[in-house]
Amino acid sequence: MTRNRLLLLTLLLCPLTLWGQGRGLDPAKLLNPLSDDWPTYSGDYTGRRYSALTQANRLTVKNLTLAWTMGLTPGAGNTDGRGRGGNAGNVIVGGEGTGDFGAGGGSGVKGTPLMVDGTLYVSTPDNAWAIDARDGRELWHYFWKTRGGTHIANRGMAIWNNYLYMATPDNYLVSLDARTGKERWHKVVADFNQQYFTTSAPIVVGNHVIVGTGNDLDSPGFLLSFDAETGEEQWKFYTVPMNPGDPGLDTWASLEAARHGGGMPWLPGVYDPETKLYIFGTGNPIPAYTVGRGEGDNLFTCALIALNVETGKMAWYFQTSPHDMHDWDSAQTPILIDGMIKGRKRKLVSTAARNGYFFTLDRVTGEHFVTSKYGSATNWAKSVDKGSVRRDPGKDPTVPGSIVSPPAGGTVNWEPPAYSPDTGLFYVSERNGYSIFYLTDPDPRGSMGLGGKEEINVGNGGNFLTAIDYKTGKIAWRHRYPSGAGGGGGLLATAGKLVFAGDGGGNFVAHDAATGKPLWHSRIGQVTNAPITYRLDGRQYVLVAVGDQLFTFVMY
Amino acid sequence: MLKASTALAAALFVSTFVMQAIPPAPPRPPSAPPSQTPPAAPAQGPGNPGVFPAQQRPPGDPAVIARGRTLYGLSCSFCHGPDLRGGQLNGPNLLRSQLVLGDQAGELILPIVRGARAEKGMPPIPMPDEDVKAVAEYIHSVAALSPRQGMPPPGETPVVLDVLVGDAAAGRTYFEARCATCHSATGDMQGIAARIPDPKALQNLWVSGGAAGGRGRSAGGRGAAPNAPNPRVVTATVTLPGEKVEGRLLRIDDFLVTLVQADGTIRSIRRNGALPKVEVRDPLEPHRMLLSVYTDKDMHDVTAYLATLK
Repeated sequence: MTRNRLLLLTLLLCPLTLWGQGRGLDPAKLLNPLSDDWPTYSGDYTGRRYSALTQANRLTVKNLTLAWTMGLTPGAGNTDGRGRGGNAGNVIVGGEGTGDFGAGGGSGVKGTPLMVDGTLYVSTPDNAWAIDARDGRELWHYFWKTRGGTHIANRGMAIWNNYLYMATPDNYLVSLDARTGKERWHKVVADFNQQYFTTSAPIVVGNHVIVGTGNDLDSPGFLLSFDAETGEEQWKFYTVPMNPGDPGLDTWASLEAARHGGGMPWLPGVYDPETKLYIFGTGNPIPAYTVGRGEGDNLFTCALIALNVETGKMAWYFQTSPHDMHDWDSAQTPILIDGMIKGRKRKLVSTAARNGYFFTLDRVTGEHFVTSKYGSATNWAKSVDKGSVRRDPGKDPTVPGSIVSPPAGGTVNWEPPAYSPDTGLFYVSERNGYSIFYLTDPDPRGSMGLGGKEEINVGNGGNFLTAIDYKTGKIAWRHRYPSGAGGGGGLLATAGKLVFAGDGGGNFVAHDAATGKPLWHSRIGQVTNAPITYRLDGRQYVLVAVGDQLFTFVMY
Repeated sequence: MLKASTALAAALFVSTFVMQAIPPAPPRPPSAPPSQTPPAAPAQGPGNPGVFPAQQRPPGDPAVIARGRTLYGLSCSFCHGPDLRGGQLNGPNLLRSQLVLGDQAGELILPIVRGARAEKGMPPIPMPDEDVKAVAEYIHSVAALSPRQGMPPPGETPVVLDVLVGDAAAGRTYFEARCATCHSATGDMQGIAARIPDPKALQNLWVSGGAAGGRGRSAGGRGAAPNAPNPRVVTATVTLPGEKVEGRLLRIDDFLVTLVQADGTIRSIRRNGALPKVEVRDPLEPHRMLLSVYTDKDMHDVTAYLATLK
């Protein structure tokens, strides 16, 4: 009996072991709920950032302790083997540029690492590392010599079997061999000449590698799907009308305006395997702060969009804020929730947008259910129309100034939210700054890009970790940050009924998911990314970054 | 749509019209005479290339740029605007044109000038190849002046805008009702407009209570970090069993409160929920509370009133 069980166990474990020794991540595994690994940007396709691991829970989290820390050394320079905590001296160099471009403040981990079968894959702009998840030893380091581009962030990588994918600020999708860090190929995502700079983490669905563009200068946003094996383009979806007759064109001043209208899909989306819909958010229209786009809604900027992942064709859209005038993206990664609305079981999608509003929709049809204001100071809206929030034109940038909350940076920005099915709560960082927005270019043609305005921060109405009931949009609780700083890097929820978050003031904190009460903290510095958690050798780890430094905690 | 029957007619039409009357495009005046030394671009050179290709271009020959500028003014500016950002006949903004941004030395622009887009309203312009290249060099030299990503090149003439639109009398009423508990026109506010003559700086200063400073942040800035130094001193009192600790607040979070005491020593005290009791006194708190109260008109009115306190 015991022998048979042992045999069965051995048989069951064998394929897992083989995977671990060279087969990387079977893309079918991405369809599973998040468990021991962290194999994609949000952990799994739902965007919940909710881990089933429970070793660290409300009772035990006080014992969470440092496992290892490691300093990343970006660039080609650490070939002498003296990387800070790294050791490999094995920098693989690729790229199309000279690489002598100043990093421009882009260093540091502002993305989500992957953890697959004991190996971490971590990225910063132009840099990728494989790191032993048990002790922080560097396995390899890949450095991309850039042509330039804004090095503001890299949101992370994707993995498909043994292949990694990283987007670069000079607009390439680079595929690496996950075992060696050697480059397989690189493909153009967008035209560098047009000021695109790609920051988003690619997402793997089946054999698709999906990546979105970034740009602040009068260019169209789009999503590209590449073949995971060959890198060939499979489909391309523009977020604004590009040709006569395209849907939404009547919401722009002209085709010329639409084709330069922005709508960048800055952040990764989520995926529903049942409907094969890839759901993502789009950024603000451009020019961001001035006239020049007509009086219409500027479709499909500031919207949630659902695409068929095989064809790239749009199934539905919902605009969060038509005709945005403050650079408030709605590109935040949404969250898929299976829940009850009005007594019926529904497949839902929720998002907390940069503009201070929270939305819940039916993710199959796009039908709207909930719009609520979660930014307690948010003051720019005039009305809610079919769920979309219409602006008060008086709060646009004006010559004598308009006082607006939130600032252009938003109630939340890129920092990922989280959702716990245990509490039914959607967690998000909430910031309530105020700015005066001055119009500095009243040219009737409008300005370009982010130009034509001046923004002055004049105070803050309080910053919080906020829990929202997805069914009603009502605030369940707010945890105020007494330092006045607000959140950092994004959130992680676990089945241990915890929410992990940087407090913006130098602490990494585990909160009670039901109340927000801080239960554990470590003063490691300003957290710069969303934490992840994983299990190895029966132990739960929690990893978070402070700039170029990784901190990994463990439950013994 | 401009559809010229012949290239010559179009060229004559455009150039004669421009020469007779360059259309004003307020508030940006028509181009000033060619300048041999364009406004300073961001420092560039080996080791410090610009972020984007438009900024990474080596500076062109000033003489060629000057010639291109003159030619542009004669043949292009009516449709494309004196500042290249589009003109009265729907000529597109050249500074964001995908074709122009992809052009290196006129090779993409030349076919358009030769008539490749005639059916879209761009008339063929009879111009020697060298002149087209000079125009292209000029366009690229303007694009290179973009101060940073996502921003247009600065206009040649600064736009002067009047932010003083408020009603000073209404502002005085508001000031006396809301602000006079702490401030006085004959006390701390006396001569404020003389000290801060720029109304915009004055408005930024009083709305923020001084936190934004009179200098203002750079255009397009996302503002200061949330924990940027506060020019006003925040103090706190921590009530411990049998002891009250007072001082300047150095930091406070959920776990610790740290004070600088009167004698200069630093005292850190552990926090656990509501214990111990911490009272924070922030002189700017009333200003922050008012941020959700002011209407924009209130703000403009008070600024107009304060601007009279010379």
